[in-house]
Amino acid sequence: MGKTPIIQVRGLTAGYKGEVTLDNVNFDIYRGEIFIILGGSGCGKSTLLKNMIGLHDPYRGQVLIEGKDIVLAEGKRRLQILRKFGVLFQSSALLGSMTIAENIALPLQEYTSLPRETIDFLVRMKLNMVGLRGYEGYLPAELSGGMKKRAGIARAMALDPEILFLDEPSAGLDPVTSAGLDNLIVQFNASLGTTMVVVTHELPSIYSIAHRVIMLDKRAKNIIAEGGPVELRDKSDNPFVRNFFNRQVGEGLNV
Amino acid sequence: MTKQAKAGTGYHIAVEKEGAEHWRLKLSGSVSSANSSRFLTDLTNYLSGGPVRDVTLDLGEISYFDSTAAAVIAQIRLRLEKQGSHVRLINVKPEIQGLFEILNLESLLSERDRLIEKGPSLIALLGGASLNFINDTRFTFAYLGDVTLALGYAFRYPNKVRWNDAFLYMERTGIEAVPIVLLISFLVGFIMAFQAAVQLRQFGADIFVANLVGLSIVRELGPLMTAIIVAGRSGTAFAAEIGTMKVSEEIDALKVMGLEPTRFLIIPKVLAALITVPTLTLMSDVVGISGGLVVGVVFLDLTPWGYILQTQRALDILDVFSGYFKSMVFALLISGVGCMRGLQVEGGAQGVGRSTTSAAVSGIFLIILYDALFTLMFNYVKW
Ligand SMILES: Nc1ncnc2c1ncn2[C@@H]1O[C@H](COP(=O)(O)OP(=O)(O)O)[C@@H](O)[C@H]1O
Ligand SMILES: [Mg+2]
Repeated sequence: MGKTPIIQVRGLTAGYKGEVTLDNVNFDIYRGEIFIILGGSGCGKSTLLKNMIGLHDPYRGQVLIEGKDIVLAEGKRRLQILRKFGVLFQSSALLGSMTIAENIALPLQEYTSLPRETIDFLVRMKLNMVGLRGYEGYLPAELSGGMKKRAGIARAMALDPEILFLDEPSAGLDPVTSAGLDNLIVQFNASLGTTMVVVTHELPSIYSIAHRVIMLDKRAKNIIAEGGPVELRDKSDNPFVRNFFNRQVGEGLNV
Repeated sequence: MTKQAKAGTGYHIAVEKEGAEHWRLKLSGSVSSANSSRFLTDLTNYLSGGPVRDVTLDLGEISYFDSTAAAVIAQIRLRLEKQGSHVRLINVKPEIQGLFEILNLESLLSERDRLIEKGPSLIALLGGASLNFINDTRFTFAYLGDVTLALGYAFRYPNKVRWNDAFLYMERTGIEAVPIVLLISFLVGFIMAFQAAVQLRQFGADIFVANLVGLSIVRELGPLMTAIIVAGRSGTAFAAEIGTMKVSEEIDALKVMGLEPTRFLIIPKVLAALITVPTLTLMSDVVGISGGLVVGVVFLDLTPWGYILQTQRALDILDVFSGYFKSMVFALLISGVGCMRGLQVEGGAQGVGRSTTSAAVSGIFLIILYDALFTLMFNYVKW
């Protein structure tokens, strides 16, 4: 793995309505890496993601995507950066008035001039990939939470983005589907070199996919641990972090 | 595992023909969503010469290959096999093989598709919260700017408008509102004529009921009633729809896909309102006048033809035009405020409820405020 940073977060201070949730956060994500963001609920993981993809402006600091500041980018430049992204939102965020197939076709129609037939084929391909083949005609409201997540992932992957942001992709999935999803993430990363930024709580999935992990803490409003999962389990000087990584698989997160 | 390099800019296709029966296409370079539609056209052109028994696609020199490329290859293959050709992929690098595996192309190509039966549908309710006055004002100006720009863009590039959505909203705000608009307009015309008749009768001025009803309906009540009904039916619906999308992060999803919510969500609604509200207003005018006509004929013993002639004499084309113009402004107000209240939603489920209430209240308030302004203005310019 080359060590070129694809995302650089510099002195990021962010939150909602004047409240500071993240205080002076710094880290880099390298090209082709599977990068995990960990932390208890409400510690600002989703906030961090939204700042990284330019949906929410930080109070202070920079987010550089391949060296370009997304906060300052506007118009065409901004679109060029956004075009590199695929995003799964925590709430899936499928468009409720469109069928699953239309949701996934949307970015393809917008950014390619492929004919209808090929787009339909791609949509089926992507749905097949996340195990939702046959659900093309369903509306999002007609799917379970886990299925919506998977459809959201298919949409995020529609254009084979350079960077994929996944906010709790396995929340609401059964262990088998969740393992399948981990497999998908690893294979996608392997064959397309996609950089993955994943928010998750699932310890087994962290061990099986993570190249590097950061752990956020609500009180510190910052990163309290950074490194590979095994390294953090064995060598972290923070007992809380060591404990988290040493818990029995399947215990659930109580941070 | 090996990874593909970054997507490059171009690809090359070299055709080697070993007799008429066996063609080998050597593909090299990079195929991704940026150039895959050209790739599809090129491949189709190369292979359009008629059925070839064996086609070999050599992927050995491919440097980058994404899933749109895989879809193109799969489709070409499907087409050729339908014509009876035999297609082989050779020199597939492990990383591309890996991609084919995740995409599970084999199963997609071999099995027929079964669509899964639908169960009963669920209805999701969601919502948001409130904003202070300063923010509201600032937001309003930014929003007005956005919508104006987007409208200008829509008029310059009409083919970029999501017309399917616009037609859907025309049906919802227009066609579905016809019965209620007609009913209310008829009743208002009827009531007004009745009240006027009682008064005018004392002076033997029965026939002037037609003037009174005609002018009030066409200049004021037609546009006003229609606008109020549409604000109640559709302004609120716009707010609820967009508010729900805001709460469920759908607006965020659109933005991150590079689709501006203004162009994508708001313009179709604004255009739909701009077309339907004036049309409904004209219908309301006609039916309101007929309400008066019924009173004239039944209670005042006027002839229908006499009533119509009197109405015609009372009305000027400018009266109709001013009503039409007003109703276009009302349409902008209703749809604009409805969508804006939706975008302002914050927080949870109550937010959406509040935004719909606020869409109705501020919509109706603005309609009446502008109506007052227009009345003064038209009076001044003698319309
Ligand atoms: N839209 C919002 N408006 C106001 N506060 C918010 C909003 N979204 C999140 N927050 C607050 O920001 C903090 C971090 O939230 P979030 O990033 O969603 O946490 P996580 O994803 O780690 O569970 C929480 O205290 C939450 O209440
Ligand atoms: Mg979250």
